[in-house]
Amino acid sequence: MTVLWFIAGTIFTVAALVLLGRLIAGPTLIDRLIASDVLLTTLILVIGTEMVVNGHTRSIPLMVVLAATAILGSIAVARFASRTAAQLVEVGETEDDDDHL
Amino acid sequence: MTISDVIIDVVAAGLLIVAALLTLAAAVGLLRFPDPLLRLHAATKPQILGLILVVLALALSERSWTVLFMLVPVIVLQLLTAPISAHMVGRAGYRKGHIDGDNLVVDELAPDVDAAGRSGLPGGAWEDELGPGAPPAPDQSRPRPAGSPAAGP
Repeated sequence: MTVLWFIAGTIFTVAALVLLGRLIAGPTLIDRLIASDVLLTTLILVIGTEMVVNGHTRSIPLMVVLAATAILGSIAVARFASRTAAQLVEVGETEDDDDHL
Repeated sequence: MTISDVIIDVVAAGLLIVAALLTLAAAVGLLRFPDPLLRLHAATKPQILGLILVVLALALSERSWTVLFMLVPVIVLQLLTAPISAHMVGRAGYRKGHIDGDNLVVDELAPDVDAAGRSGLPGGAWEDELGPGAPPAPDQSRPRPAGSPAAGP
């Protein structure tokens, strides 16, 4: 049993590290947004896994709150990105100039 | 601990491992796929199915229907909000021109964007169907973004 839990935890760790790599590498704001979204999902899954391993249910409210508020960050950043693109088109800038976003 | 207890615990651990593998698949997809839309596709795997597997594993290991019902709101919230955020992220990527129009089979957004007086993706699918020049070129006072889509590593 402990071996199976250890395997699951190791796979989660590797996945989170790969996601962190994409989060750092980018190259665009949208890629980082997707990576952080998946990282938050991974966090929810890891919280559930920790409850199974340690045999308690105290973290269930944490899972509910994280699932309920995960969308807020995505929507905020997505709207920011769309708006920045539209404004740059309005003033005649090309969108290449904001690739660092 | 009876033999059925051991079986239930092993099944729960197996569900956890499958959920972890789904997360790893999403991570590898995010690392390898070249385009934000493809990365969005990979990202949605653990969001719903992985969450359902972890919830089932938790309910099995606690042997409790109450735990299962307490976690149903988590699944419902993710089912409701994941498509919304994915839609908005994909639209933001489209507007910023990070999506390679040559890879798209159908670009249903381009005619609407052109009709609204903006410019679609460079190399969009409508160029193949209607030839260059059609649909009508956007207003010249508003220069078309010549942005080449961001190349993934």
